[in-house]
Amino acid sequence: MTRARNRELLALIPVALLLTAGFAAVFAQDHAKLGNLSLTYGAYFLAVCLATHIFLRFRLPHADPYLFPLMALLTAFGLVMIYRIDESLARNQANWFVFGLILFALTIYFLRDYEILERYRYIIATAGILLLLAPRLPGIGEEVNGAYLGVKLGPISFQPGEIAKLAIVVFLASYLRENREVLIVGARRVLGVTLPPLKHFGPMLVVWGAAMFMLIYIRDLGTSLMFFTAFLALLYVATGRFSFVVVGTIMFLLGAWFIFTTVPHVHERVENWLHPYHDALGNGFQVLQSTFAQADGGLFGKGFGQALLTVPGHPNLTMLPVAQTDTIYSLIVNELGLFGAVGLIATYLLITARGFKIALLANDGFSKLLATGLTAVFAIQAFVIIGGVSRVIPLTGVTLPFVSYGGSSIVANFVLLALLLLISDRARREAEEGVPRSGRDEALGAAA
Amino acid sequence: MNRQIIKLFGFIVVLFAVLVGFTAWWSVFDAKNLKAQETNRRPLFEQQQIPRGRILAADGTVIAKSVRKGRGSNLRYERHYPLGPLFGHPIGYSFMELGQSEFEKFHNAELTGEETEFGSILNQLTGQKQEGEQIVTNLDVKAQEVAMHALEGAGHGAVVAIEPSTGAVKVLASNPPYNPNSVSNEKVWKRLNSKAEEANAPLVNRATFARYPPGSTFKVVTAAAGLESGVITPETTINAPGSIIDEGHELANDYNQSWGNISLDTALTNSVNTWFAQLGQKVGQEKLFAMMEKFGFNATPPIDLPESEVLASGLWDYENERMLTRHDPVDLARVAIGQERLLVTPLQDAMVAAAVANHGKLMRPQIWKRVVNIDGSVTKRMKPSVYSEPLKPKTAAELTTAMEGVVREGTGTNAAIEGVPVAGKTGTAETPGNEACGGGSEQNQAWFIGFAPANHPKVALAVSIECTEKFGGDVAAPIFREVAETILAGG
Repeated sequence: MTRARNRELLALIPVALLLTAGFAAVFAQDHAKLGNLSLTYGAYFLAVCLATHIFLRFRLPHADPYLFPLMALLTAFGLVMIYRIDESLARNQANWFVFGLILFALTIYFLRDYEILERYRYIIATAGILLLLAPRLPGIGEEVNGAYLGVKLGPISFQPGEIAKLAIVVFLASYLRENREVLIVGARRVLGVTLPPLKHFGPMLVVWGAAMFMLIYIRDLGTSLMFFTAFLALLYVATGRFSFVVVGTIMFLLGAWFIFTTVPHVHERVENWLHPYHDALGNGFQVLQSTFAQADGGLFGKGFGQALLTVPGHPNLTMLPVAQTDTIYSLIVNELGLFGAVGLIATYLLITARGFKIALLANDGFSKLLATGLTAVFAIQAFVIIGGVSRVIPLTGVTLPFVSYGGSSIVANFVLLALLLLISDRARREAEEGVPRSGRDEALGAAA
Repeated sequence: MNRQIIKLFGFIVVLFAVLVGFTAWWSVFDAKNLKAQETNRRPLFEQQQIPRGRILAADGTVIAKSVRKGRGSNLRYERHYPLGPLFGHPIGYSFMELGQSEFEKFHNAELTGEETEFGSILNQLTGQKQEGEQIVTNLDVKAQEVAMHALEGAGHGAVVAIEPSTGAVKVLASNPPYNPNSVSNEKVWKRLNSKAEEANAPLVNRATFARYPPGSTFKVVTAAAGLESGVITPETTINAPGSIIDEGHELANDYNQSWGNISLDTALTNSVNTWFAQLGQKVGQEKLFAMMEKFGFNATPPIDLPESEVLASGLWDYENERMLTRHDPVDLARVAIGQERLLVTPLQDAMVAAAVANHGKLMRPQIWKRVVNIDGSVTKRMKPSVYSEPLKPKTAAELTTAMEGVVREGTGTNAAIEGVPVAGKTGTAETPGNEACGGGSEQNQAWFIGFAPANHPKVALAVSIECTEKFGGDVAAPIFREVAETILAGG
């Protein structure tokens, strides 16, 4: 047990060093001389991480040792980039980081028996859908670039989609845990394609409908893509039927095509993606500038704090719109080059690997599916936004987990991390204590 | 379920690999193309963040330098031209708002220290910052000053001076000038490009980007074609009456003067139209055009200025906006005396003089002399190179003798320099209805081309004045003398 936590502690040291070095680099670039402020930042960060580490030592001694340092690494990376864009934003982000860790601790403290979530799955699902719809509610909804992703309550604005993401994964994991057997057994072949039984597939159709509805209603292709892909991933893992994925993908593409032709905002996003030069200074501006910024990075990048964010001498003319959120990846490529970007993607991949490892180790169906779902949604979110700025898919307003500026993103992702660590702690403890594993797969309906 | 989880992980690995692939495409493989996009202003801004190399005159006088402005991520360098309007042409300008022009544009890569990806990786690893290289030019500050001053007194026009043996461009003056320091000011820029300034066009480099009817200076080309093809020798005589009928219209000498049987020397010295018209017909279009092309006509002159800012010379078909070739129908007799649709840039006419001066070899005219990097070591040196060999040395010598007559006792006596033999040719083209001249009576395009010393040429020049009532020998020849004297005195 202590071995795992010691490894975590060791892994945190390079993270703190990286943060300090990063701040120092930005600071040296901007202020022409190195102050002790950057060191202070690094020290604070290390202190907060240490506190979290000690908390984990007591509460979840068996949990995966690498996830927290990896996520801390991303946060540190994000903080440096945001600090480089705007000092005051970095301060806010640091506050959100601390707040996120508090929620992280609270989640671990109160959800030790996370099966309890299963009991409330329909309430959680309803809450998730309501959260997704909130941005369209008059008075609190916020429209950004034609999509409805934000909610504004007085001085606080947040993206409910980030939290809905967790709710929906919890619901899907629980639902599929209960119904996976019937989905497999009841499947029949129609015209050479294996289809699930209609009766049980009803709720699945509801999920598809929700994804389509989201496309129309909150008009965001990215969120919709993220949820639906996560759903298909879970469905595949739960049933092992690849044909379900094929059918689901076709359904999604058909629906997306219909919406693409009828909803102007979605159409515009796709147009910008395919033909950005048609309106290079208008709609295509963001996509183009984001690739231009990457072109400037080359193999090794220009170095921390060296990228052009605004026209020199004109601080109000932006060269990279919304660098702190949507296009932060382009900024990273610009300053750290292809190598830095590969490092970042590798970090996401390592987190994904650790997440799936937890799913593999978990002994019961719900834990397995929950860990898979949380990991998948996290990885796909990273893919959707990085893919958006590098023109793999249309650019949408999803945040880059732990790196982009934004409180809801940080907080939601720390709760996600908390859930993963909870699952991990139990699985590894059971493995260590030699709890007999029930068969090759897990027992069905282990917890009610 | 474990098998599916592993497969799902495989799928995500593929997705992330795609991300890496696309990022590599944008940041490395397609980067060059992206940087060249017109909508991408980053390269321009970034160039402002590296100190651009200085541009120096031949004697080391600073023509252009970079001045540091702002700090941190706002750090940028702005171009400053200490000599003001003196070298507005041909150096041009370089500003973030406007981009580059002329010499600054042509030599942008050296001035910004643009490097290969590998070079910049080395620089990044060694912590070296990109810095521009400086360029030493062949330009002669004193001679340029004299030329600009003389042009101001004479009118709109241009002076080009080339060292015949190397092609080194010593003077490239265009009047009216503009001050490159002020063009980045929006108001100034608007005014310079306004309708009111259309006739003045101070931003136009008249030495390279203005084409004028060459008048009698073109007789040098006709004579070169006659001698080189063997159609005539210096002794051949042609009967030159006061006027001849060419294609149904009269082609006359000045004051309809009849010269009888005369040879090349007399004909060139006195610029006898009917003599050269007949010579042109004897030579034929094929050979005359071939000679023109060897002198550089019908092609963009090989000078180190952007192709978009240098015009080719030749017979310009206004209607179809193209150069006429040896196969197009032309009035050959009038081409031979520099009329018809012939249009020539001062640079091209200077190249004609330089080729004759350099024993028949035309050197590529070059403004730059050497590139010096930050440590002060020379990285590149201009190597004189032959563009073409229009004349045999013997022909060039014969032509030189005839051109000396022009300055000694003909139309170009105003170009004579005390104690130095000078070879030259005047030209005066009437340009009635030239809108640029504002409809006044001053509608001549006055020319002088020549070189000195005639026996051992150090400099070849072309002088061209727009919209004057004077003749080439009266207004252009004195400018030739002043500028040539200055250059010869400078060594």
